[in-house]
Amino acid sequence: MRAKVHVFLKPGVLDVQGKAVEQALHGLGWGGVEHVRVGKTIEFDLKAGDRAAAEAEVKAMCEKLLANTVIESYRVELA
Amino acid sequence: MKAAVIVFPGSNCDRDCKVAIERSTGASVGMVWHGDTALPDGVDLVVLPGGFSYGDYLRCGAMAALSPIMAEVKAAAERGVATVGICNGFQVLCEMGMLPGALLRNERLKYVCKPVELEVTNSQTRFTAGYKGRRQAVMTVGNGEGNFFADEPTLDRLEGEGQVVFRYLDNPNGSARDIAGIVNARGNVLGLMPHPDRAFEAELGSADGAILFQSALASA
Repeated sequence: MRAKVHVFLKPGVLDVQGKAVEQALHGLGWGGVEHVRVGKTIEFDLKAGDRAAAEAEVKAMCEKLLANTVIESYRVELA
Repeated sequence: MKAAVIVFPGSNCDRDCKVAIERSTGASVGMVWHGDTALPDGVDLVVLPGGFSYGDYLRCGAMAALSPIMAEVKAAAERGVATVGICNGFQVLCEMGMLPGALLRNERLKYVCKPVELEVTNSQTRFTAGYKGRRQAVMTVGNGEGNFFADEPTLDRLEGEGQVVFRYLDNPNGSARDIAGIVNARGNVLGLMPHPDRAFEAELGSADGAILFQSALASA
């Protein structure tokens, strides 16, 4: 099973990279761009019995290492 | 008196810390590799130094927080041993949950490296007792992710309980409420972004950092 974990700063936590990218896009003429957030994606293969087991495992990985839940939220995709 | 400095792959202030502690306190300082599983017997002070542990991969301090030695550091802190995290060491302590909050990218996205003036907000901790009459100290910061963040109730609690130990007089990185250093509720774990290890004798521009190491060991 292939897992994709998307990690972003939580809403309300200032994303200074997102702000800088937003200003750069405005500078290039895309004035309609708003609320840019820069995050990261972590992908990996995972041996797991079934989807529910995989979900539980990836969630545990996020809580323990992949995200710092003081400042970040995460979203998991399994395929 | 015995101190230990933890060395992670990518630490770059570990030797600075050793020299700073030795010269300011006369204590013997052991260097402890991150892969070790024991601290020296009878250690009075554990220091997590600045640097770029594990190349800052994933998040600053995230990998170092999982190093084998850190379970022992946490256990020692729970026994009451004085523990100081400086810069990257502060990030590690937050990642481990030994201190509340987290360090974000600096507000203006720049790495900031310069001497800063600090207010000694609480001089009644075991790390700051030596500052008693003095309300200010000068130390150097050097960080790209030193922007302290915690949610509002946590910030209120830190302030209300006297856990804010140092504040910036001129905030260099956007830190919430100008916070430069905090202690845990018990008062034996300190994290700060400025480097006392770069300010321990007058030739470095300031000797104010020496007081921190002296206080920490005097309290042991």
